[in-house]
Amino acid sequence: MIKPLVRPRRKDPLKRTRLPLSPQRVRSRTAHGLTAAAAEGRFALQVCLDCNTVIYPPRDACPSCLSARLPFRDVPRGGRLIAETTVQTSTEQYFRERTPWRVGTVKLDAGPVVVAHLHGDAVEGERVRLELKLDKSGSAVAMALPEKDTENMADDPHLREMICDPKFRRVLITDGRTTVGQAMAKAFSDAGASIVFVGLANPWKPFPGMESLRTIERVEIVPLDVTDTESVTELAEQNGGRIDIVLNTAEHIRAGGVVDRHGLTIAREEIDVRYLGLLRLAQAFGPILRFRGADGVNSAAAFVNLLSVHALMNWPAYGGYSATEAACLSAAQCMRAELRPGGVKVVNVFFGPLDIEWFQTVPPPKVTPAALANAVVRALQHGLEDVFVGDVAEDIRQRLAVNPKALERELAS
Amino acid sequence: MTVDLMSFARAVANGDIRVIDLTQTLSQEFPTIVLPPELGQCAPFRMEEVSRYDERGPAWYWNNISLGEHTGTHFDAPIHWISGKDLPNNAVDTINVAQFIAPAAVIDCSKECAADSDFALTIPFVEQWEARHGKIEPRSWVLLRTDWSKQTYTDFAGLRDDGAHTPGPEPAVVKWFVEQRDVHGFGTETIGTDFGQGQHLNPPYPAHFYMHGKGRFGLQCLTNLDLLPPKGAVIIAAPLKIKQGSGSPLRVLALVAGGHG
Repeated sequence: MIKPLVRPRRKDPLKRTRLPLSPQRVRSRTAHGLTAAAAEGRFALQVCLDCNTVIYPPRDACPSCLSARLPFRDVPRGGRLIAETTVQTSTEQYFRERTPWRVGTVKLDAGPVVVAHLHGDAVEGERVRLELKLDKSGSAVAMALPEKDTENMADDPHLREMICDPKFRRVLITDGRTTVGQAMAKAFSDAGASIVFVGLANPWKPFPGMESLRTIERVEIVPLDVTDTESVTELAEQNGGRIDIVLNTAEHIRAGGVVDRHGLTIAREEIDVRYLGLLRLAQAFGPILRFRGADGVNSAAAFVNLLSVHALMNWPAYGGYSATEAACLSAAQCMRAELRPGGVKVVNVFFGPLDIEWFQTVPPPKVTPAALANAVVRALQHGLEDVFVGDVAEDIRQRLAVNPKALERELAS
Repeated sequence: MTVDLMSFARAVANGDIRVIDLTQTLSQEFPTIVLPPELGQCAPFRMEEVSRYDERGPAWYWNNISLGEHTGTHFDAPIHWISGKDLPNNAVDTINVAQFIAPAAVIDCSKECAADSDFALTIPFVEQWEARHGKIEPRSWVLLRTDWSKQTYTDFAGLRDDGAHTPGPEPAVVKWFVEQRDVHGFGTETIGTDFGQGQHLNPPYPAHFYMHGKGRFGLQCLTNLDLLPPKGAVIIAAPLKIKQGSGSPLRVLALVAGGHG
């Protein structure tokens, strides 16, 4: 059984901050099929279309029939841990700092044998479930977990390296004025975050939920306006060193297309709040997050973007909004590359229409703020990078994968 | 009449004429007027550093700023309102520049506003003021001293669940100012020249409707009105020369003879 994580003591301010290191990150193009699965929390291996062999490690030709038709498919993740060993030292700097480190061989029910990192509760000879995780370098690795959940499971130090568990971490929710921001504050408090900073712009402007927001345990309201560079910079200067997860809840949702809108005032606002707001947060908090990627139990862990799924394909009824979300997605991809040296994940959470005022006229299914918040917490607890929340988001993801052109036409009708 | 501008300049320099700044600092935090969120909004003041003696500009510091025509302490031109849209020379770039200098009558209702954030300025209230200080001179600014500029931002904006609550003039008194007193314009410390609840009046937003309909001006978000005498101050309020601008943030100065307040 894993020893429960204890809330880390306050850091000695005179202590040097250890710099983040990365495990080996080189993967073949084919092997990034595993990265894609790990990013979404799926367990996918190559399956030969000609002879049905399940293949690991990734290859360009089937080892049993030489076919080149080897797409990644979700396969059962169960197996047995047939052998284990403990690495006591390593030539890799990253592992050298973290030894002893257990690894083992897992015989999958689906066929192949996989060398995997081992969770502390994975026992030799017993059944395990294999997961694909993104390690600190952002690359997919296999990790064997006990078949059934065990107590304090998420507190395993090796697993915690692969995930961004909010427990004992300090999170910044950038806008507490929205129902989504308030649901996030509640969900992160419930998930054991040690401080939930909640940004508030224009404190002279009252809003529904203000009182209940203040009563959520461990919530600290901080002045923050993502449209004001000085405000963002000041908060990062004051509190950047003790914020481990940044979750951008600033939203700007208005209907209307690109042709069928009158003037640019709304477009400028949405770009200012969403795209430039993201850039301000990235510039203010990115460097300190990256620097603190290995700063103990509550190291910097993640930057979370909430993105409309229509960032992936424009929805003309909300066309201007979709275009801005697409810009945010592009910036988030850049941030991933820039924050990866610190082992900080950029988590993109795609959602369909939300059950909020700005989607009043949109028919269901809609995602409630609480459901979105739970999905974000779960994504961090599992170390995911790309998350699709709700039926509309999942539907768009699937249709996009099959036929983007058809989706473009369908969203226009 | 000969005018001695040099003695005017000397009086300013030696303090016989005091220059009082009636302007709020343009800052990111200062409240901007709030409209329903689906309508177009006035941009708040924002500033992006271009360089600060660094690699973006080695020896110099400067900023790019963005703001609306009605952000911070600002001037309203007649073209701002539908009632003034067809008047000649109704935009900030075409108003006769001589109109940017005018005397002021300062009506103190700060006590009444402290007791009632929906305080309504009425004709009888102004008549009582005139009984003490004399009739408002033609082409004077009427400045409403409410001490609103001394409030916290929360009270300044006065937002409640039914909208903003800030003092303002009743429709009848604005019409009377324009028609009976030929005033130059109407200036306030609050976020607009009208009540916070001005949309419920007839006509809605009467200060805007009547003032701009007769080619008169507005000033809002003023401060330091408590330093002005009831009569005798001269206001310098020159908006930026924005092409067909409906208004403009500006520096508002008051000239006050040395002995006063």
